[in-house]
Amino acid sequence: MNRHLISAADLSRDEALLILDTADELARVADRPIKKLPTLRGRTVVNLFFEDSTRTRISFEAAAKRLSADVINFTVKGSSVAKGESLKDTALTLEAMGADAVVIRHSAAGAPHRLARWVRGSVVNAGDGSHEHPTQALLDAFTIRRRLGGGREAPAGAADHQADHQGEGLDGLKVTIVGDVLHSRVARSNVLLLSTLGAEVTLVAPPTLFPVELGGWPCTTGYDLDAALPKSDVVMMLRVQRERMNAAYFPSEREYSRRYGLDSSRMALLPQHAIVMHPGPMNRGVEIAAEVADGPRSTIVEQVANGVSVRMAVLYLLLSGLDPAKATTGADR
Amino acid sequence: MTGWLIRGARPLGGDPADILVRDGAVAQVGPRLAASSARGTQVIDAGGLIALPGLVDLHAHLREPGREDAETVQTGTRAAALGGYTAVHAMANTDPVADTAGVVEQVWRLGRQAGHCDVQPVGAVTVGLGGTRLAELGAMADSAARVRVFSDDGSCVSDARLMRRALEYVKAFDGVIAQHAQEPRLTEGAQLNEGEVSARLGLTGWPAAAEESIIARDCLLAAHVGSSLHVCHVSTAGSVEIIGWAKSKGWQVTAEVTPHHLLLTDDLAQDYDPVYKVNPPLRTQADVTALRQGLADGTIDCVATDHAPHPLEDKETEWETAAFGMTGLETALRVVQHAMVDTGLLDWAQVADRMSLRPARIGRLAGHGNPLAPGAPANLTLYDPAPTEAVDPACHASKSRNSPFVGMVLPGRVVATFLRGVPTVLDGKLA
Ligand SMILES: [Zn+2]
Repeated sequence: MNRHLISAADLSRDEALLILDTADELARVADRPIKKLPTLRGRTVVNLFFEDSTRTRISFEAAAKRLSADVINFTVKGSSVAKGESLKDTALTLEAMGADAVVIRHSAAGAPHRLARWVRGSVVNAGDGSHEHPTQALLDAFTIRRRLGGGREAPAGAADHQADHQGEGLDGLKVTIVGDVLHSRVARSNVLLLSTLGAEVTLVAPPTLFPVELGGWPCTTGYDLDAALPKSDVVMMLRVQRERMNAAYFPSEREYSRRYGLDSSRMALLPQHAIVMHPGPMNRGVEIAAEVADGPRSTIVEQVANGVSVRMAVLYLLLSGLDPAKATTGADR
Repeated sequence: MTGWLIRGARPLGGDPADILVRDGAVAQVGPRLAASSARGTQVIDAGGLIALPGLVDLHAHLREPGREDAETVQTGTRAAALGGYTAVHAMANTDPVADTAGVVEQVWRLGRQAGHCDVQPVGAVTVGLGGTRLAELGAMADSAARVRVFSDDGSCVSDARLMRRALEYVKAFDGVIAQHAQEPRLTEGAQLNEGEVSARLGLTGWPAAAEESIIARDCLLAAHVGSSLHVCHVSTAGSVEIIGWAKSKGWQVTAEVTPHHLLLTDDLAQDYDPVYKVNPPLRTQADVTALRQGLADGTIDCVATDHAPHPLEDKETEWETAAFGMTGLETALRVVQHAMVDTGLLDWAQVADRMSLRPARIGRLAGHGNPLAPGAPANLTLYDPAPTEAVDPACHASKSRNSPFVGMVLPGRVVATFLRGVPTVLDGKLA
């Protein structure tokens, strides 16, 4: 593994599988009365959040704590970063504290790349602007493998939940990702990771919400959701922000949800075994109807639980091979 | 007054000749001039060096007044002289904005005091670069600074009616409007050329059409009112085509390209290092090829640096919060040699045309951009095309270090620069 996890493109198929397999093992810890492992005792993981995301922060925090790491939550509020210098200042502070891993969430694409130049610890990208969110893609892949691995016959929520999928990819599975591809870090990371794992990814969105040039993205694209659904094993709905209407990406919420929203009647177009995913937070009634979100084929709650296991695996694999960082004064740099 | 005898230089890259400089002017050019004919002259051995008319930059940000932490007229003109320039146009987006006779005269005087090269202020088109009211263009034209080039550079004069009036108005004093072509609505929050790279990096795209649509509109306006339009920092293949079309109609349209757009492409942004963040953004290889071709065939008239110094803290940040701009005065000629001469697209006479003669004509600078012939003001640059060296911004005279060529091995070295017969640079160092 690389020292950092910044883009899903950093992962080879073997590395991605190693993370998923490790997550499978670590998930079993969650079923034990004592959920803690001593693996990262004495290591420091900093959650550096420049953008509010309680769910992601809590997920990383739980993951680090279950591995017995020391966790420092560092939340930087909007006004103090207005000028932007503080990313470097913050990095130098974390360096001096001896952070072994920095989990960074930032509204600016590329902030983790910058941070990685200024700290010696591992950098884990927990979402950077419209760029990437690789651990989200990993937990999505993990969720898909648990539900649909080893063939597509398993009905949703079946008892083979705990089945052993070690070493299995997502070969041949058809994943349709729907919504604001242009601004979605979840879409970017999923296209890269799911294709690495052998899935066939299709992106569906109104033309305004696609980048003008996709270049070599390993996926196909379409504008027609109804045409894509019957061929899908997985449909992943992306959050669409209401503000996009004001920039004329689409005319109205109602029209968006009519053309690109997943409701019960569209659910009927999906094959029986297909599952519905959403990275959250949802806009119920816009990109996804409430009864679909809460229905049996929705993996939305599972995704949250799986997030902890996958993030444990990432921290474990990034840190267990590396020497502990030493606290520095900053003067020797 | 002492003179200089420059021995064995190759004027415009041609056959070696001696150049005798006396009383601020070129006195004689010819093979083996007798030293005795020039009592009191100092002799420079310029064997192997190329002699060019002093370079003229139509587009530099000297930052003074207002951002003296990034650059001053003093440091910026040192950088210019070291780059082989004898005249630079100082853009108007200072603080206060150069939109009155008072401010342009202040900048002009600072240039005279610094003495490293002539500083020709550019006046703002609109008050405070606000894009709504015409600045007092006539007062700036009539001032001691004799402003002829007007630009809101940094912002686009996007209001079509205002642009038309500006073009029309400056006809009274042979002025030219230099447009920063950027349709504002199409580029809200724009960070990087809109294309494959911006899609992958998740950065808001800056579409080529936002530049091209303004250029097309302005060409039509310039034709309609019979005035002169100069297009700043052309960056796309489509822009070259539109400008070629306007020229084929005989319209008074000129254009510049920056060294960085002749060499660098948007994929350099892949690690989000803001040293590659510039406006207009780095484009694709196809654009670079078209820009080189346009400069070679004369569709693009000249090279202008868009030298845009920024202090470290404005670049050592996330991409989105970093400032736009790159330094360029000290590397321009080397980049042009690398991109245009060593590739066979331009010879040295054409380099002189694109970096001195034509920009001087567009900027209405009579004392610059003259052929190296007896009687001309002795503004000249001696350049050694042979050495190669990696660019190290730490060694630059500019106050700022944001050179996108950092670490690149480029050919060439400016050995000497003369401003009206007085050396501003000798042996590669400030004289
Ligand atoms: Zn500009």
